[in-house]
Amino acid sequence: MALRIQFENNNEIGVFAKLTNAYCLVGIGGSENFYSTFEGELGETIPVVHTSLAGCRIIGRMCVGNKNGLLVPNTTFDTELQHIRNAVPDSVKVQRVEERLSALGNVIACNDYVALVHPDLDRETEEIIADTLKVEVFRQTIASNVLVGSYCVLSNQGGLLHPNTSIVDQEELSSLLQVPLVAGTVNRGGELVGAGLVVNDWCAFAGMDTTSTELTVIESVFRLNEAAPSSITTDMRASLIESMS
Amino acid sequence: MEYIQPEGEPAKNKILCCECGIAVEPNPANMCVACLRSHVDITEGIPKQATLHFCRGCERYFHPPAEWVQCALESRELLSLCLKKLKGLNRVKLVDASFVWTEPHSKRIKVKLTVHGEVMGGTVLQQVFIVEYTVAHQMCDECHRSEAKDYWRASVQVRQKAENKKTFYYLEQLILKHKAHENTLGIKPVHGGLDFFYTTEGHARKMVDFLGAVLPCKSQHSKKLISHDIHSNTYNYKFTYSIEIVPVSKDSVVCLPKKLTQHLGGISQICVVYRVTNSIHLIDPSTAQIAEINSTTYWRYPFGSICNPKQFVEYIVMDIEPIMDKERKFFPGQGAISNRHVLADVWIVKASELGTHLGHVLRPGDSALGYNVEDSNINDVHFEKLDKTKVSDVILVKKHYGDRAFRKRQRVWKLKRLAEGDTAFDPDANDFHEFLNDLEEDPSLRQNVNIFKDSSKQMPVDSNDKYDETVPHITLEEMLDDLVINDVEMTEEQE
Repeated sequence: MALRIQFENNNEIGVFAKLTNAYCLVGIGGSENFYSTFEGELGETIPVVHTSLAGCRIIGRMCVGNKNGLLVPNTTFDTELQHIRNAVPDSVKVQRVEERLSALGNVIACNDYVALVHPDLDRETEEIIADTLKVEVFRQTIASNVLVGSYCVLSNQGGLLHPNTSIVDQEELSSLLQVPLVAGTVNRGGELVGAGLVVNDWCAFAGMDTTSTELTVIESVFRLNEAAPSSITTDMRASLIESMS
Repeated sequence: MEYIQPEGEPAKNKILCCECGIAVEPNPANMCVACLRSHVDITEGIPKQATLHFCRGCERYFHPPAEWVQCALESRELLSLCLKKLKGLNRVKLVDASFVWTEPHSKRIKVKLTVHGEVMGGTVLQQVFIVEYTVAHQMCDECHRSEAKDYWRASVQVRQKAENKKTFYYLEQLILKHKAHENTLGIKPVHGGLDFFYTTEGHARKMVDFLGAVLPCKSQHSKKLISHDIHSNTYNYKFTYSIEIVPVSKDSVVCLPKKLTQHLGGISQICVVYRVTNSIHLIDPSTAQIAEINSTTYWRYPFGSICNPKQFVEYIVMDIEPIMDKERKFFPGQGAISNRHVLADVWIVKASELGTHLGHVLRPGDSALGYNVEDSNINDVHFEKLDKTKVSDVILVKKHYGDRAFRKRQRVWKLKRLAEGDTAFDPDANDFHEFLNDLEEDPSLRQNVNIFKDSSKQMPVDSNDKYDETVPHITLEEMLDDLVINDVEMTEEQE
């Protein structure tokens, strides 16, 4: 299921939210609409947490995480860190990272198993990522851009890359990540896919400007419409027939 | 740090157009061309219709702000005119422009334009569109004026109350040399002078300034209201400048007012005008004292000539005796005395003894031109107050060189004239030949005149050819120099 939302008339919703399979962080906005959409969609399954990092609401660009852990920049206040620890499930390890490239969301893109990082990232940070998020770390660029977190979005089902990524690069990244990848856009031709889209294994949120074509691409690559009737007749058909027989 | 791009032929990746979903190569807008075109119009802000103004009278197009240009249909000039009409064309890059055929009498001109424009952060889009021009009639100012029988805006009336026209011949040559006639609409000879017509007051004023710089004259300015617009506070005038040139010319004898002679260092009242530039140059024949009178001084103490070149009498010199300096009387406060002239006592036929300043040119046996002051009937206020006993009987003015026909034949140079019909001055007139003689005799007068070789006449090569060296003539160098430096048209004519 992919939804279109806006944060205070701003389509770059990936800047203000961080969505994983185990929790969802949402920046503190002037109105509750943004938060309510997430809450309404995800509230029954995962905690949706209001938070700021170092007093900023651009939390999507500042932190990175998956179902195993959450890395926040070392400028994060103790109170904020405590609040997040209280809110997210116990299985999620929350850790501060002392890294020169402090916008972690921009320099790291990850799902639950693999992470792509900026080529200049500290070796120590790389180790922390591997330990905390329990992922394999690859230093990569996307369409010659070092900000991998801004130019790609990953889930365990698939990934969306910067539109200029060549087919060779797509294949190389796809073999690293072991998920299907596609080059695409959000927000009516926007190439900052990391800023325009947040996604987990069953749900995606895109900016309000995203066109239906773009949503179709997103839903198909992240396999968000698996539960549609078509899948009943294809994937589930064999087991149904087996149980009936 | 550098990141090496994968080598080899990069496979073309395609993304879906964000609007319609067809596969396109990624571009800055990430849209297919069709969707981009439906989204943005790079020709927005460029008018698709415009008006050209055309004058039916002279078949010219209006070129803002104030020009009218002649251009044929489908010509390059017309295209540039059309493009200039389009505002907002500077925001896009014009790649191509051409005319689309329209019926010549349809009063419509169509131009097909191809433009490149940058949209959405760097995508360059090409678009072709047609602009339709309506040709509207508007009468141009010139046609409007000629329709209203109102050609000129400003006129300069040049007048001289003199007996001969030499000053005007001289003025004609000055005008030609300085190209002062370039902006005139027409030159009309009237009684006692010339009228010059101009489109603007500025041109007329320029002519007035020119005249003031080359001749002693005074000017008066007047204007006549033709029409005015009370709403915009604009007034339409015709301007007239009246120029009066001082009424004395070269070789006349003048009688100065008593007061003026005191200003001029005690020069005697009877003087000969030996040159007229922008001031009057006088010489006193009895003392060779010289004086210069500029136009302001002249108009403060006006005087007329008592004898004119028409009254010249020819005299034969019997004997001549230069007057030595020690025999001459000088007095304190006397003005400048000419070094170039020599005083002399001359006995001429008629047995009169008289003084002249022409001691340097006259020899016994020569003939000289002069005025018979004693016998002539002179009406002059200043002359009447003069003690007649102090006035010499005859005033010799210049040496006389042979007969006129001979000199005319001998003349191998010519002058340019203003266009035929512009001046009604007959080139065969007596005055004109006298003017040419003056030019030959006076090198300083020649300085301001362009002299051209007359190719229709043979240069005298044989010295036996009855050629009189004493007769003043213009050297070949002077003519040739003029040809090379000054005039292209004439050299072309010669070739």
